[in-house]
Amino acid sequence: MSLSKAVREGSRIALSRVLSQVENNTAAGLRALDELFPYTGKAHKIGITGPPGSGKSTLVNALAKQLRQLENDPRVAIIAVDPTSPFSGGAILGDRVRMLDLQGDPDIFIRSMASRGALGGLATQTEALSQVFDAAGYDFILIETVGAGQSEVDIVNLAHTTIVVDVPGLGDDIQSIKAGILEIADILVVNKADRPGADQSLRYLKSMIDMGYRPLASSAGKHRLADSLPNSKPCDEDEQQSLWTPPVMKTVARESEGIETLVAEILKHQKFLKETGRWQLKEAWTLREIVRKRIEGSLVRDFFNQLPEGLLDETMGDVIARKVSPARAVENLLTYNRNRNQSPHLE
Amino acid sequence: MTEKQIRVLIAKPGLDGHDRGAKVIARALRDDGMEVIYTGLRQTPDMISEAALQEDVDVIGLSILSGAHNALIPQIIKKLKENGQDNVLVFLGGIIPEDDIQSMLDAGIYKVYGPGTDTRQVCKDIREAISVKQAE
Repeated sequence: MSLSKAVREGSRIALSRVLSQVENNTAAGLRALDELFPYTGKAHKIGITGPPGSGKSTLVNALAKQLRQLENDPRVAIIAVDPTSPFSGGAILGDRVRMLDLQGDPDIFIRSMASRGALGGLATQTEALSQVFDAAGYDFILIETVGAGQSEVDIVNLAHTTIVVDVPGLGDDIQSIKAGILEIADILVVNKADRPGADQSLRYLKSMIDMGYRPLASSAGKHRLADSLPNSKPCDEDEQQSLWTPPVMKTVARESEGIETLVAEILKHQKFLKETGRWQLKEAWTLREIVRKRIEGSLVRDFFNQLPEGLLDETMGDVIARKVSPARAVENLLTYNRNRNQSPHLE
Repeated sequence: MTEKQIRVLIAKPGLDGHDRGAKVIARALRDDGMEVIYTGLRQTPDMISEAALQEDVDVIGLSILSGAHNALIPQIIKKLKENGQDNVLVFLGGIIPEDDIQSMLDAGIYKVYGPGTDTRQVCKDIREAISVKQAE
């Protein structure tokens, strides 16, 4: 029996092996994805992002427990991404420490992942791992990003529902996260709400929503989404009215406070996406992004593979000696490869 | 492409609350370029084998200071075998009396480290053990 077949039949060890193959982008991993991809598209992918130490892992822990209480007995997968050291290439993946409650439940599967140099808050292969979980029949996939600052917003291209976690005390300094990360939220959570200043943070976030930055952000997002579907029409006034307004809520994840409400909002958002056709739009957008990213990755890899040995070093020598500008050096290398591709016999 | 990332699970089975050693090792392995899944204190054999299964690790590093190694280690190794994970290398560190070391090795532990071990030696041992295993 092939590994991917075992994955679909519920073998957890096969699932774990395939996740590794896919994460390492091996030929076997690529084959597994080929076989699994037709069975994807069912799972609800939920992104959890926010600054380091805001309680994302603890929230994921509480959220997974609550989701498991739902009547249809959903299976829950968790992908927890932590940063790779830019110096050693190693990583400490510590999110499981906050998720000890979940062990022993065979319908929850937690996988830790190192970002391996990717900068958007996820690893390059995070989306591919979510495909494997999707095909394996997990109903919810919780994706926890690395601790995010301003621009780690890749999650929005992957998740159906993005939860942004904030904590009291960032209050007036909320500038540090507001531009990029708050506008990707479908649901805003003030975690650690038993701490002083929670109500103030809540008010601040609510007033930002009320101020109406959201319709702007959404319509920008919508145009991008609409572009990815051939037959979609540009959004009109009515559609603007029916936009989702992100709810703002308090939680104390460690005590599981506010988690029921959070799950209710997640399900409400799921219903909203499906009823308004945005679910399909998001899926189409996500797939387009994946293909675009993979093209970028492969082209860069091919480019370096095609360069003859030593040419890059030689060119860099010229650049470092300030004889050739970096921009010109790149043009020269690109031209070199292009000519070589057109007349390979000249080598 | 660089060589495959080595994934290591660091766990502390048993009831003692001193995880400094485990953290020092986790940090040293990270600085040596490995991906370290850190699960923290008071892990049961079930939790450890389950985490190792979900994370598909190459190596498990266990830290025991409580003297419970004779009880815990055979249970952990048994669980791993039941899960079909007998290919995972298990290292043990902590306070392990001289007289117990051989029985730990017999139980299936790859290597035992005591206080004062140079962390570079641990990194080296792990890399060597992995490359031997891959060559097999």
